[in-house]
Amino acid sequence: MSQLPTLLAGAGVFAAEETAEAVVAQSWLYDNAWLVFTLPSASFLLILLFGKRLPFKGAEIGIAAVSTSFILALLTAFTWIGDVQDQIAHGGEGEEHSLVVTDAGLGGTAGEAAESVAVALTAEAEEGGHGGDVRGAPVINEVEWFGIGTDANRAVLGTDANQPNQAPADDGHGGSSFSIPIGTQVDGQSVMLLIVVTTVSLLVHIYSTDYVHGDRRFTHYFAFLSLFTASMLFMVLASSTLQLIVGWELVGVCSFVLIGHWWEEKPNSDAALKAFLTNRVGDIGLLVGITVLYFAADRSFSINTINEMATSGAIERSTLTIAAVCLMAAVMSKSGQFILHTWLPDAMAGPTPVSALIHAATMVVAGVYMIGRLYPVFYEGFGIAGGNINLMAFIGGLTTVGGGALAFVQRDIKKVLAYSTVSQLGYMVLALGVGAYTAGMFHLFTHAFFKACLFLGAGSVSHACHHSFDMKADMGGLRKYMPITFTTFIIGSLALAGIPPLAGFWSKDEILAGAGVWPGTGGNGTFTIPFIFGLITAAMTAAYMTRAIWLTFFGDYRGHAHPHESGPRITIPLIVLAGLAVVVGFLNMPSPFVSAIGLPSSWAHKFEDWVEPEGVASFVGGENGFTHASPSLSLAIVATLLAAGAGASVWLYYKRLYARDPKATEYTAETGSIMTQVGALAVGHKVLEEKYYLDHLYTDVIVGGTKGPVARAAYWTNQNILDRMVDLVGTSSVAVGRFVYKFIDQGAVDGAVNASGSLAEAFGQILRGVQTGQIRQYATLLFGAATVLVAVFIIAV
Amino acid sequence: MFINQFLIFAAVLFCIGVYGVLTRKNGVLVLMSIELILNAVNINLVAFGALHQHVAGQVFALFVIAVAAAEVGVGLAIVLLIYRNRRSINVAEANLLKG
Amino acid sequence: MESFLDTWGITAMVFAPLVGVLAMMFVPEKEEELHKTIALVATVVSAIVGILLLANFDYGNSGVLQFVVDRSWIDVISARYSLGVDGISLPLVALTLLVVPLVIVYSWHHIPEPGNAKAFLMLTLVLHTGMLGTFVAQDLVLFFVFFEVVLLPMYFMIGVWGGEQRLYAAIKFFLYTLFGSAFMLVSFLALYWLTGSQTFDMVELAQRVQSEGLTTTEQVLLFGGMFLGFGIKVPMFPFHTWLPDAHTQAPTQGSVILAAVMLKLGTYGFVRIALPILPQGAQQWAPWIGLLAVIGIIYGALGCLAQTDMKRLIAFSSVAHMGYVMLGIATLTDFGINAAIFGMVAHGLITGMLFFVAGSVKERYHTLEIKRLGGLLIQAPRMGWILGITTMASLGLPGLAGFWGEFPVILASWQPSAGLNTTLFRVYMVVAAVGTVLAAGYLLWLLQRTAFGNPTEEFADDPHIHDTVFTEWVAWVPMLILIVVLGFVPSLIFDVTNEPVSLVGDVFEALGN
Repeated sequence: MSQLPTLLAGAGVFAAEETAEAVVAQSWLYDNAWLVFTLPSASFLLILLFGKRLPFKGAEIGIAAVSTSFILALLTAFTWIGDVQDQIAHGGEGEEHSLVVTDAGLGGTAGEAAESVAVALTAEAEEGGHGGDVRGAPVINEVEWFGIGTDANRAVLGTDANQPNQAPADDGHGGSSFSIPIGTQVDGQSVMLLIVVTTVSLLVHIYSTDYVHGDRRFTHYFAFLSLFTASMLFMVLASSTLQLIVGWELVGVCSFVLIGHWWEEKPNSDAALKAFLTNRVGDIGLLVGITVLYFAADRSFSINTINEMATSGAIERSTLTIAAVCLMAAVMSKSGQFILHTWLPDAMAGPTPVSALIHAATMVVAGVYMIGRLYPVFYEGFGIAGGNINLMAFIGGLTTVGGGALAFVQRDIKKVLAYSTVSQLGYMVLALGVGAYTAGMFHLFTHAFFKACLFLGAGSVSHACHHSFDMKADMGGLRKYMPITFTTFIIGSLALAGIPPLAGFWSKDEILAGAGVWPGTGGNGTFTIPFIFGLITAAMTAAYMTRAIWLTFFGDYRGHAHPHESGPRITIPLIVLAGLAVVVGFLNMPSPFVSAIGLPSSWAHKFEDWVEPEGVASFVGGENGFTHASPSLSLAIVATLLAAGAGASVWLYYKRLYARDPKATEYTAETGSIMTQVGALAVGHKVLEEKYYLDHLYTDVIVGGTKGPVARAAYWTNQNILDRMVDLVGTSSVAVGRFVYKFIDQGAVDGAVNASGSLAEAFGQILRGVQTGQIRQYATLLFGAATVLVAVFIIAV
Repeated sequence: MFINQFLIFAAVLFCIGVYGVLTRKNGVLVLMSIELILNAVNINLVAFGALHQHVAGQVFALFVIAVAAAEVGVGLAIVLLIYRNRRSINVAEANLLKG
Repeated sequence: MESFLDTWGITAMVFAPLVGVLAMMFVPEKEEELHKTIALVATVVSAIVGILLLANFDYGNSGVLQFVVDRSWIDVISARYSLGVDGISLPLVALTLLVVPLVIVYSWHHIPEPGNAKAFLMLTLVLHTGMLGTFVAQDLVLFFVFFEVVLLPMYFMIGVWGGEQRLYAAIKFFLYTLFGSAFMLVSFLALYWLTGSQTFDMVELAQRVQSEGLTTTEQVLLFGGMFLGFGIKVPMFPFHTWLPDAHTQAPTQGSVILAAVMLKLGTYGFVRIALPILPQGAQQWAPWIGLLAVIGIIYGALGCLAQTDMKRLIAFSSVAHMGYVMLGIATLTDFGINAAIFGMVAHGLITGMLFFVAGSVKERYHTLEIKRLGGLLIQAPRMGWILGITTMASLGLPGLAGFWGEFPVILASWQPSAGLNTTLFRVYMVVAAVGTVLAAGYLLWLLQRTAFGNPTEEFADDPHIHDTVFTEWVAWVPMLILIVVLGFVPSLIFDVTNEPVSLVGDVFEALGN
């Protein structure tokens, strides 16, 4: 390792060596992080090959592989947390080291690759006086994947310590090929998502053994669950943007296969196609964006290099903006942001556990995760610091409100949850858009658990109701029949609605504070519009979840099945997830709260410590420094009251409805709607006479209005304009294709080819007349020609 | 002008031959007309040979006579075959090469 | 052994199939099994020699021609019998050596109407020799001869064993390609005279063109001739119309060979001959080639969307995919050309597989009308899966081979070789990226209509429809495995091609500065 001496420069060599030993001891897990995704991918192959012959049809292989991955992920997480805690403890003493890069024999012979050297780098000079401690810097392990092109820019690039990942692979013949590495990057963010993916995946595996029991393609189902888990973990651990693309697309294709799991029915395969194609549209942005970044970062796919260069200002702001806008398109498709969200509700055509795993907890957050991975690019590119609004925050805000509004008018419980997912993903993007990195990641974390819990709960309900998801026709009053499902669903909903002290409260509150609008919160700017969007969504979320709960679990049963509680393989995952939905929020309690209830101050904002790489400050430097918003008690109270109030008014609305007709699901002419009477009576008289004016306001105007015209209009727009546009693009490109094929290709281009042939033939036809077969005519021509020739010669000479 | 009479005579003979080739329908007559053309050439060859006091003209004339004999042999054979197949030696009817 | 490979290795590899043809001449037509065996043995012998060559190839030195044979051949015009392999030809030789034996295995139970295995296999073997020869020839005349040798067997294959409009398709294919070759030959001859070098050796010509200082105008004209020859073979956008007809009418084996190997003769010609010998010409042509390439990408995709016939759709998709290859070449960067070569191999494997599957579908259903098909996954689940994997590979899914022919091309277009218009190529890049969406559109549409859903009433109870049979497995599994392996280990090809391609890239690097 020739770079070793250069790498070991700096003042903290002694301390660094000390730490290096510790890191070597603990680094087995880091070095072998690839096992986490290799196991499920092996399981995919094994299930495909042998699954059908096994007693449990392959499910056991999947569960074993994912459990092992889960244990590895847990161990990695504990190691990581231990390291970070160490660094925090040491950081107080002012030691100066971090950025651990293990270089696994890059470019060397294969034998060398096994030797893994942990090198402690001196961090770049720290601005902002943080004491030079880069806590939570990524551990990168890379080997050469392939080499391509000569490294023309090598001289410009330099092989300095900043690019340890791209040491030129000397091929021994004078030239040096440009090596593109493959590897794993373990840091707080990836460890966090490792935990989410493996946990939810394991629970979904267990749940599925019951839920899809006896399915026509049980084995394939488990094979693809494994493949999905592997692809997702691969993407999570990606150390380069190229790997990110690979993982990104692979999860997309697993999603395609699993949405279309019951492909005999056309709507299902249509939904699968729609999901894949919509994502492909966004992928244009991904491909272009990553290409831009590749060249901007002096030909590097390394996430770490790109981040460092974006932070240090080595990449122009305008280039970063272009890249960020392009990547945003990818986020919009993958993470269901307006206007590319329409595939996500349709994706509910897949089996429910798949919806829980892929379309709620993991794959759809890939976009959010990607923003987090390349946060400096977005942070600098969109100029988040000190801003008021930017593309990301705006799209996030629009999505969160738009998605939430749509959730009101759904009959299908899974679609309510799907739109809710859209809305919450918007929340995460909003958070990242306003510079609240940790808040966004934390919301991703908490949301995964409670939304998976809700989806699996919905699955459990439908399992009991003849596989129907129609809340109005086939549900109602189920709380009596399915107490466990009911309880866990309530817990999940409360967490989603952000009711303290459940998980959603902590993360949502942090995002609202992060917008920096509420007095005393600070933050990275003053994002008023996103903040208002966030508040509206907080209220709306509570309202539509109350509606869904009422329609499903309260009132009288309206279906024709015999509902019953599901078996343990379904209820246990529900209980686990509900439990997590309760507790995970405490991972990131704000310090004032911790001190207020008398806990040691080290319990505060643990999630931030563990996940955020040195407060993001290490990679977002300069005068546009990244700051954390401080929590605000008043904001928390207001947001909670808004949510509770909205939930309560919906509750009241349905309570009154129930009083009029136990089986009704909405106000109609028979049950008597305030709205239908308003037109008939004089308005002024009405206002005076009605005592429950507030009631009317809540039930009919706000809730009814939102639920009725506004949401319906939004849904109409969604179905008839946005969705229609997608269809239109499809049909019109076919029409254009047909036109081009028929007229230009077959007519003009091919016609020209045929015409050259016909021309030659026509010419031949003309000449054919000369060929009469009359020998005397030939002779005449011959003599005539000879005469002419003679004449020519005589005249010419 | 010693040579002119021969050349004019040959030219007349040639034209008669050409006329015959072009107008006669009878294959044998066509062959005979070709003979006339060849003999016109022979007269020229001999005349020029005499003019230049060179033997080449006579040698070529002998060659032409020999070739003409061969040609008449082959030609008559063809005409005979045509007659056998078609019971006619009218060359206007032999138009199998019509395109 | 080593010395045998050095002196006779390539010759043995190229001509082993012809020996098979000789042997087959003396076997009566009725002995079908024997014919198949001889054909298989001939190709396998060729492949074994090829594998030995691959094994003894010095991969550290892939930029240098190896196993070179250089003997006098036609002294009058100084054409020499000059063969050699380097990193650019190696992957394509390997592809040919793989595909043709698999085609023969597939033919075991699938000799197309009207039968006559003897003639059919003999033509296949002649094709084999022609294709291998093209990839290893280092002399322009020799190259031309091999390039043209390929035409005739394919002409007969389409014309005799083809579909309903086989004669039309065969003649179109033959004439169109010959038309281009004529211009190419003119360029070759002009090179010979203009450089005054009295040689057709590719390497020497490249040096002479620089030392003699051919003007840019001359180079542009000469490149134009080669462009017609190679571009029609590729085929590039306005010259592609022979392809759908030829593919649709050709028997399955013909389609597979055509798609897997023959289209690469054109792109290989660009990389091997046109670019290194005429760099200034290439630089002038590159923007136009790029333009035609991206038009081809979009246009091919639109063409696919309008198709109702499965085989025709796959044929049109070739236009789009070869568009990526040509765009990669047009960037004139080592990155782009590397990707282009990868794209050639990937397209060969993937589209070859698609044609195999289409052929098997046709054999079972007797139609390829997409709207009459459906439910392949129910009636022949394994074949449905294979179709699924192959379409995924074709639309450029990472983790499968197609991706490495697509994304690096898009990447390279962001920064084409110095001296080319960057903005223009960035526009090309975005258009090419849009092409990936369209590709996903038509391929998934194809997959949905053929594999998903329930079988149509017409075929629901058809007893002839069965799953993949043994010979199909033998023919397909190696290709499928390669598609997956290359997807994850792209270095298998990039490591081989990188060095010679870098040499080409250096030329343009120097030219641009």
